[in-house]
Amino acid sequence: MRRLGARTGSKIVDQIFVAVLLGAAIVFLAIILGLAASLVKGSLPSLRTFGFAFLWTSSWNPVTSIFGALPLIYGTVISSLIATVLAGVFGIFAAVFLSDFAPAFLARPLSFMIELLAAVPSVVFGLWGLFVLAPAMRNTIDPALQRTLGFLPIFSGPSYGVGLLTAGVILALMIIPTVTAISRDVLTTIPADQREASMSLGATKWETMMKVVVPAARAGIFGAIILALGRALGETIATTMVIGNRPEIAVSLFAPSYTLASVIANEFTEATSDIYLSALIELGLLLLIVSVVVNALARILMWSVFRGARSAR
Amino acid sequence: MLKRAVFTALALLIAGCSSGSGGTTLTGAGSSFDYPFFSKAFDTYSSQHPDVTVNYQSIGSGGGIQQFIQKTIDFGASDVPMNGDELTRAGQPVIQMPVALGGVVLSYNVNGVPSGLRLDGDAIAGIYLGRIKSWNDPRLKALNPGVNLPNTAIVVVHRSEASGTSYIFTDYLSSVSTEWKTKVGKGKAVSWPASGSVGGKGNEGVAGLIRATPGAIGYVELAYALENNMATAAIKNSSGAWVACSPNTVQAAAASKPNVTNTDFSIVDRPGARSYPISGYSWVMVYTKPADPKRGRMIQNVLQWLDGNQAQQIAASLHYVALPVNVQASAQRALQSMNL
Repeated sequence: MRRLGARTGSKIVDQIFVAVLLGAAIVFLAIILGLAASLVKGSLPSLRTFGFAFLWTSSWNPVTSIFGALPLIYGTVISSLIATVLAGVFGIFAAVFLSDFAPAFLARPLSFMIELLAAVPSVVFGLWGLFVLAPAMRNTIDPALQRTLGFLPIFSGPSYGVGLLTAGVILALMIIPTVTAISRDVLTTIPADQREASMSLGATKWETMMKVVVPAARAGIFGAIILALGRALGETIATTMVIGNRPEIAVSLFAPSYTLASVIANEFTEATSDIYLSALIELGLLLLIVSVVVNALARILMWSVFRGARSAR
Repeated sequence: MLKRAVFTALALLIAGCSSGSGGTTLTGAGSSFDYPFFSKAFDTYSSQHPDVTVNYQSIGSGGGIQQFIQKTIDFGASDVPMNGDELTRAGQPVIQMPVALGGVVLSYNVNGVPSGLRLDGDAIAGIYLGRIKSWNDPRLKALNPGVNLPNTAIVVVHRSEASGTSYIFTDYLSSVSTEWKTKVGKGKAVSWPASGSVGGKGNEGVAGLIRATPGAIGYVELAYALENNMATAAIKNSSGAWVACSPNTVQAAAASKPNVTNTDFSIVDRPGARSYPISGYSWVMVYTKPADPKRGRMIQNVLQWLDGNQAQQIAASLHYVALPVNVQASAQRALQSMNL
């Protein structure tokens, strides 16, 4: 009798436990849906006035109240893409070094330092970008790129120091800790057996890393990159300080640009007319949509890479 | 031990609250331009009138107007007075008076020209429209005889965020250039036409870009330029005089038009031998008939003091420009019309 009673008791506890978990999950779902709903509601006047033209027109003129978001979408996506590529390459290299190559006395302090980067407030990155990185880009890095890769249109034209490329570099610095920390953790979970098996077949350490360990960990590494991409898309203050804040699409990565989040931060406090405010809220909605779309694309890419790998096996 | 410490802290907190509740706290919100002035001025006021505390929140002019319309604050502050539409939404008569005065200077980074650059309205509009692209343009050379202007591309810098400084500057450009007026117009945020122009956040962002970019030109508040010893251009005003920006020349421009109202408040491009042409007021709004007359009288007292000599001297010590005496007088008259 007693044992039976104890069992029903634990069953009830289990049910309560599941209900709490479900509740927690539903709260988050409700918050996201509520957020989306209030953004849609707030952007209705702008949606009615500009319709879908908002997505592909390029004028952002608060004086005449004519708004189009294309250059802002472009600036957001491209700056985040630059950041993701840079942070992906350097972040994964750093993670590989930390997990397999660094001696223990070096690995700990190095990991700590990289993770410390994540604790630096973004406004500090922004100020550093404006006063240190931007002049360096204009005086050294951009001219060097122009000399070597100037035949590519993306490295042509005058450099102002602030612009898409500078914003991408700053964002890369900000998201590297995410990429490195998660990738390192994933790499260290790959069993030593696999490394030893590969080495015993005569593979070098480099081959073992690149052909066995990193591929085995790629799902986790990809997850890290997607997480980092999310942060880059929504970053506001650091981007604003170094991107040049010009709503214009230029081929050159040296040119000033603008992002969705930056426009909202720059103009929200002083937007008094209803249509202006509504257009800014619609930018918020777009940022949400862009994040979802970019995430989905990244997942599709990952899925296709995996399928390719499987068929090759 | 810990318990006792917590208890003592609580007791102190309660004591603090009860002593504070004897006075009245008035709240205002709005313009961030006014914030350094207000925070020092209201602090001084409270030390002279211990029964009144003024809590000012620097949330931006637009936010200040919104809060004022929703009647959640006692007074609002804005770099541009409330327009007809906003006054309609407020639903009852409002008094708007200038409280602070500021100039906007053009600063630059031109190799070989550490100071002494001269510009007129046409040249500034030409640069900001993107028509004048190089520092050795003949139009700039004509204004600066004897100055060796280099063949450097001009990089136009503006404020990235919506701001009262941009409003004053575009107000000036609209009054000196019909092309600017029709193509761009005036506003706290506009669509900047010059190709390759860049936006910096805040005075410090614009100043940082100017300092870091050879060939750059940009506009910042006079107070900021004075505190940071920035090179500023002398500007030819509508009387044909060359005027450098200083508290005196801004005050001279303002004094030439004492009766500013919320519909006629622009003081850019004023004539006069000493009138600096790019400047403007910041404003405070109160309801003519506040809901609580006792509170209303306190607000009236605070604002009368704010537009008086003592507070305006505080403003001057912080590199704002003190309101000319005739403007102070007309603001005082407006406050007298409060219905209490």
